[in-house]
Amino acid sequence: ALPERVKIVEVGPRDGLQNEKTLVPTEVKIHLIDMLSEAGLPVIEATSFVSPKWVPQMADQVEVMKGINRRPGVSYPVLTPNLKGFQAAVKAGAAEVAIFGAASELFSKKNINCSVDESLQRFEEVTKAAKEAGVVVYISLRCLVGQVSPDKVAQVAKRLYSMGCYEISLGDTIGVGTPGGMTEMLEAVSREVPVDALAVHCHDTYGQALANILIALQMGISVVDSSVAGLGGCPYAQGASGNVATEDVVYMLHGLGIQTGVDLPKLMDAGAFICSSLNRKTSSKVAQAACKL
Amino acid sequence: MGNFPTTVKHCLSYEELIQDYPWLARWLQEEKEMVPTRVKIQLIDMLSETGLPVIEATSFVSSKWVPQMADHTEVLQAIHRSSHVRYPVLTPNMHGFQDAVAAGATEVAVFGSASETFSRKNINCSIDESILRFEEVICTAKQRQIPVRGYVSCALGCPYEGPIEFTKVAEVVKRLYELGCYEVSLGDTIGVGTPGSMAKMLHNVMKEVPSSALAVHCHDTYGQALANILTALQMGICTVDSSVAGLGGCPYAQGASGNVSTEDVLYMLHGMGIKTGVDLSKVIEAGDFICKALNRKTNSKVAQASGDYSVHCRMKKINT
Repeated sequence: ALPERVKIVEVGPRDGLQNEKTLVPTEVKIHLIDMLSEAGLPVIEATSFVSPKWVPQMADQVEVMKGINRRPGVSYPVLTPNLKGFQAAVKAGAAEVAIFGAASELFSKKNINCSVDESLQRFEEVTKAAKEAGVVVYISLRCLVGQVSPDKVAQVAKRLYSMGCYEISLGDTIGVGTPGGMTEMLEAVSREVPVDALAVHCHDTYGQALANILIALQMGISVVDSSVAGLGGCPYAQGASGNVATEDVVYMLHGLGIQTGVDLPKLMDAGAFICSSLNRKTSSKVAQAACKL
Repeated sequence: MGNFPTTVKHCLSYEELIQDYPWLARWLQEEKEMVPTRVKIQLIDMLSETGLPVIEATSFVSSKWVPQMADHTEVLQAIHRSSHVRYPVLTPNMHGFQDAVAAGATEVAVFGSASETFSRKNINCSIDESILRFEEVICTAKQRQIPVRGYVSCALGCPYEGPIEFTKVAEVVKRLYELGCYEVSLGDTIGVGTPGSMAKMLHNVMKEVPSSALAVHCHDTYGQALANILTALQMGICTVDSSVAGLGGCPYAQGASGNVSTEDVLYMLHGMGIKTGVDLSKVIEAGDFICKALNRKTNSKVAQASGDYSVHCRMKKINT
């Protein structure tokens, strides 16, 4: 049985914009987040407290946090890669943080410059500090569905959950997963972590995202990450798509009779706004179809 | 995940690549580029080498309506027919059927609609009248032992009428099946369907026609095609229509996508351990060829991703 309600975690302003080449002015980011809040999204990843040296797109992190109009009932998590970033985030008013992990050694080394075990130690520091500060933590665990063994993913997820993060988002980072690999991975992870603490973050690089999300829903997952207009290409395959578009996910969920609280036309307005600011075409098929029909 | 079939037959809708509906002839006539006959032949020959079991080769509609298909006889006679492949052709009426048989067709397809308005606008007659026409074709085909496939468009929604009653869809499908179509393909013509409506529609249709005689023909206009196909598989359908490189836009929404791409469907099926007998890398090559010939970008995400070499290698690993 499918969930009656699905929580959408909108990652466009952070994950999406971080992977777009064009630098976006602060006021545009703020306006985008405000439009997304108005569209009814319950969770909007607002910015990232990584060093601006590494991610210039997120250099205005403090300004964005202070400039957005926070809607009651909406969460605005921010990415914090380490304790330093966490402290800066709390100072800037963050009430929820997200940390990134990898289930694959190779990916961990290449992406966050340390082994999986080392990264877990870092997270322990952050989650400890977060507990003390009364800040909620969720974790985005990158795994290559079908490439990393489901048991390895499950082990890492179990350790993260035992540290106290309330939700673990399982990311199909290069979008190679299919409903086959997704099922295996979710079966393994849900043996170790309760299914209500799990989310899926599917990339659409091979066009599989919606099918993968459907499988996840059938297995009891009710939290889905997506990015307005499908912002954020795949950093590993030039020209290929990356994030799944929130509009397309919402269209499917509503077609299934699942509630999301999202107003699709308002969401599409937000997508149109950011695409015009970035001077790029939307990656959402719903947006492409609807503006022509 | 559900009880998936272990094998899925793939029907490649090449015809959709060029054009769907007669009324679009005007639009196509304004298109500067007609696909040269030799390009069509080469594409079909490349597809014949991929393992695809069914390749819809051409259409015997009047060239007045569909100039792109004017070379139907030449195409059918020039292609190198593999013994493992079937090459159905579209035949809207007796005239087309007779031309098709004269040109050597060994399988034909007829095209109906679940929407009255769409039927009238598209083929200039009511659903009932169209079925009478097909009855003639199907009867004659039976006598000549030529199998007939049926298509029902607007199964999940109509560009004019909006939502279509699923009982109506079931009724039209049943009629085509009972007349003698060995299989009926259910078309989500404007791609508005979702797994929700797909499940409801199939539930209704499968009360009247066995799943073994059904196929799905999903359009990806709203990005829902693979999720819809997955739903159909979970309900026991094991024949899927698609189009190499996802070519063939949506005739009702200029610039929007239309057909689901064969490459993306295959990637999903293989990833689920479902056998298709098709070599994905050869389909990608065929897609590459036709995109270059049409000077267009592929609509297949798998093809786009595999343009990056290292990713392509990983993909190859998954698909062996």
